[in-house]
Amino acid sequence: MEEGIRESLRLLLEFDPYVYNIIGVSLRVAGLALLFSTLIGIPLGTILGLNNFRGKPVVTALLYTGMGFPPVVVGLFVFIIFSSVGPMGHLGWLYNVEAIITAQTIIAFPLIAGFTMAAVMQVDRNLLSQLMALGATKFQAAWAAIKEARVGVLVAIIAGFGGVISEVGAVMLVGGNIEGKTRVLTTAIVLETRKGNFGVAIAFGIILLAIAFLANLSMIYLQKKHLFEDNG
Amino acid sequence: MKRIFFAMTLAMAIIIMGLVGCEADPEAEPEPEPDAEEEVTEMTLATTTSTYDSGLLHEIIPDFEEEHNIEVDIISVGTGQAIETGERGDCDIILVHARELEEQFVEDGYGTERYDVMYNDFVIVGPEGDPGDVYDSADINEALNNIVEHTSAEDVPFLSRGDDSGTHTKEMNLWELAGYDQVTEKEWYDSMGQGMGDTLVATNERQGYALADRGTYLSMEDELPNLEIVFEEDEELANPYGIIPVNPDEHPHVNHEEAQLMVDFFTSEETQEKIGEFGIDEYGEPLFFPDA
Repeated sequence: MEEGIRESLRLLLEFDPYVYNIIGVSLRVAGLALLFSTLIGIPLGTILGLNNFRGKPVVTALLYTGMGFPPVVVGLFVFIIFSSVGPMGHLGWLYNVEAIITAQTIIAFPLIAGFTMAAVMQVDRNLLSQLMALGATKFQAAWAAIKEARVGVLVAIIAGFGGVISEVGAVMLVGGNIEGKTRVLTTAIVLETRKGNFGVAIAFGIILLAIAFLANLSMIYLQKKHLFEDNG
Repeated sequence: MKRIFFAMTLAMAIIIMGLVGCEADPEAEPEPEPDAEEEVTEMTLATTTSTYDSGLLHEIIPDFEEEHNIEVDIISVGTGQAIETGERGDCDIILVHARELEEQFVEDGYGTERYDVMYNDFVIVGPEGDPGDVYDSADINEALNNIVEHTSAEDVPFLSRGDDSGTHTKEMNLWELAGYDQVTEKEWYDSMGQGMGDTLVATNERQGYALADRGTYLSMEDELPNLEIVFEEDEELANPYGIIPVNPDEHPHVNHEEAQLMVDFFTSEETQEKIGEFGIDEYGEPLFFPDA
């Protein structure tokens, strides 16, 4: 562990290009995947949370299944789709970041949608019907519900981020762990451990934890007012 | 009040954990009872994915287990990690293929002695139809030159294991021999950091080139329709496997006696014959050639 901390500091301070490239790919991939899964997940979760319709239990059960879906199965699915003989093989996305982003988006959006749904369901129905009575459109009412449930929605995004940044199986499958192109922190940890370079592996682990912590901290700061001061 | 309750719960949890810990310990101790004969001994073999995935070990290890009443746990990893496992004393014996690393392992005192077991050979696989005209190269250097020409011109990748495995080590040596020392920097060179199977699947998908051990390639050939062997049978492509017991002087807890029994087993005439026959039924040619 001590070796790992020393190693991670050394790698960071020496601006090791190999390490910074891996960090860069990780952040870019996780960032874009989080963006896409948020764009899908929050509207989906809000719609499910605010509306009742036939078949909602089935859709909800599907969503919950998606939340616990083994990421590596998502990876397999994406692999087959983008494989050269697969239906979308012509895009040439396999073994490129596009395939990783696709897989991670599929992994993360059910998490975001599920938590968002739970959060907006807690919003007082009376408030929404009042808003509608005052002439708000459905869209405006939904937006008000999201704002009202923002702490829960933030947790949803954080859960999604945790899902994408820590994912390894699918990224390995569809990205191929190619040095300088698709190698991210998690796959680098697998590789360095396999090579017996435990110091470097631990260093990557510490860097990964630090990134996750900083990302979560900054998200919380964005919502600081509401999380800590809005107790009334 | 809440805090007191929390503290009490915590204290109880610690006490329970302590008790469980105490109980568990003595149970672990008296395992190796000396009443011999019927007792099944366990040992650990760290080996490379090529011997494991090809099914060779499944074919021959059961005989050893039966003969000596020893249960063998097999850790199947890259050569680099197998050697590392031996250095840390987490296994009793290693069966790997990276001559230089193996000699280093013995020299550094981690292993007692290296024994020849068998060899197979590497092949270079490439896009079907051999568009780079690699097959007729006179030797491995010319083959690599032809590959570089093709990959540079046509946006075809060369995929490397990139995992410090025996195959990766071999590949790096071959590039060096052919005069390419900065090959990893090249745009067309992709270092995968994955196993042989994963690398071949990716090579097939991208219709690129890769160095593979013949055994793994043959065992996957059906799933790799975009690939064929574009270079083979060069003396530089021989791939010898060695078996090395972990040194009990370095790691006193290893099962050295069992490890030595395993060396005798692998180098015995009977096993050697089995190694030479393995794969003929399925692939029409042997995957490994005995040379003990």
